[in-house]
Amino acid sequence: MGLMAAMKRGLELHRRAARESLEQWRQRPVANGLTTAVIGIALALPAGFFILTDNLQAVSANWQGAPKASVFLVPGAPTASHEATARAVEGMDAITAVELIRPDEALEAFEKAAGMSETLAMLETNPLPAVVVGEIRQGLASADIDRLTGRLAALPDVDEVQVDREWLQRLNAVVAMVDRISLLIASTLALAVVLVVGNTIRLDIENRRAAIEISKLIGGTDAFVRRPFLYTGLWYGAAGGLLALFILMIGLLAMAGPARELAALYDGIQPPGGPGLSSALTIIGSGLALGLAGAWLAVGRHLAEIEPR
Amino acid sequence: MIRFEGVGKQYPGGNEALRGLDLHIEPGEMVFVTGPSGAGKSTFLRLIPLLERPSRGRVLIDGADLGGLPGHRIPYLRRRVGMIFQDHRLLDDRNVFDNVALPLIIAGRGRDDIGRRVRAALDKVGLLHKEHASPVTLSGGEQQRVGIARAVVTRPPILIADEPTGNLDPALSQEIMQLFEQFNQVGVTTVIASHDLSLIESLGYRRIHLEAGRLAWG
Ligand SMILES: Nc1ncnc2c1ncn2[C@@H]1O[C@H](COP(=O)(O)OP(=O)(O)OP(=O)(O)O)[C@@H](O)[C@H]1O
Ligand SMILES: [Mg+2]
Repeated sequence: MGLMAAMKRGLELHRRAARESLEQWRQRPVANGLTTAVIGIALALPAGFFILTDNLQAVSANWQGAPKASVFLVPGAPTASHEATARAVEGMDAITAVELIRPDEALEAFEKAAGMSETLAMLETNPLPAVVVGEIRQGLASADIDRLTGRLAALPDVDEVQVDREWLQRLNAVVAMVDRISLLIASTLALAVVLVVGNTIRLDIENRRAAIEISKLIGGTDAFVRRPFLYTGLWYGAAGGLLALFILMIGLLAMAGPARELAALYDGIQPPGGPGLSSALTIIGSGLALGLAGAWLAVGRHLAEIEPR
Repeated sequence: MIRFEGVGKQYPGGNEALRGLDLHIEPGEMVFVTGPSGAGKSTFLRLIPLLERPSRGRVLIDGADLGGLPGHRIPYLRRRVGMIFQDHRLLDDRNVFDNVALPLIIAGRGRDDIGRRVRAALDKVGLLHKEHASPVTLSGGEQQRVGIARAVVTRPPILIADEPTGNLDPALSQEIMQLFEQFNQVGVTTVIASHDLSLIESLGYRRIHLEAGRLAWG
């Protein structure tokens, strides 16, 4: 047999195994639906977590891009002092840009962002202080930032200095934690998917015992007998992956409103992104890989036991 | 074609089915295997496609010692040995066509090729009109003929049948044996185990008679 003919036969064997396993797979909608649902949920959950950490990381990266020092002046400090403080902050080496937010501007922004105009209108005087926001030069060491904070706090009329560094450190810690939890959940659920597919295919093998025996009897190789079950594993993986994507879309749609509001409150942050093409492919790919792994497990354990009588 | 040299077969549990069997079946020969129940006829046949491995001695097919055949080569041996069973061993959830097509599918043949060969085999056993029927709707004789069509569809050089007429009435048995004769006439080495002594006598082929796992005569 020539190489071309051998390849043609190999291809024909795969085509047939794929088609027949798909046909058989579609003949059991209820059992398949249940298994697919389990796989879909098991893939969607960690994928959701990964999207969450992705977005949190994007938030923290944005902040890292321009760390800021907020210098709050004592309430009621004179306007001249506002300007003077802004100039003093701007003059510092570690500061690249400065923005002065006057008390009335702060009040206006706060009203708009928080929708609290009625509450604020009840106040007789503006309780908000002036703030000088300075962008800190990037790549500053922790000790340098400490020194900077001290110098800012020592300026006249300064009430308090906040550097968003601590916030950032906390956020990073939370992100790392969520990331680790996602990884744990993902590996646990990956194992679950493998076992669920493995068990479903084990039952499948049991049901098709007579056909397997006859195939082996008339010269079916192990690969021939194995192939349709491996394809079945792939079909489960693909269906589960698609279902997971669907679940994620619904989840993100449900989150979209609140997430946009949150993003608007935290100026300069992108609203959360959904699963892009590469994540979608990753989810489907994981489904396929886990389905195939489950099928291998079942096939390796149970197919060798069946010998023709 | 088929050579047994001092073949012994002891099943796990101690049953000695064959106790030193020496015989040779020529290429293109048609042979009947007879003997009382438990003599080892089925065991003898099952050693040829390596459904069992001998405990002692050697089995050679075409001069090649099957003892040296690694497990992954066994399927290719079985493709050269058409097998027919008393209980047909058909797949009830597939129609006649698909049952007969199975050996061709296993060999990776294309659709057109399969269609042509399956119809030729069904035509030969007189069941072309039943290709879409389910095996369970067929009579015993028809099911056996489907089994034969499946065994010959790849044109194997060897055909073995274990009591292929065990459940059939004399007229049907005769028909089935005539089919085997036809395949033998085109050169297929044919080995049939049977209890049907009067039918075997009337056909007049070589007879291998086993008793208690030994060659009694033939
Ligand atoms: N799988 C097995 N395990 C253990 N012993 C077996 C097995 N198969 C056959 N035997 C024993 O081997 C001996 C020969 O059996 P075999 O089936 O070859 O006889 P046979 O000539 O075909 O008989 P029959 O005419 O009843 O079909 C018998 O004693 C039988 O009990
Ligand atoms: Mg027998």
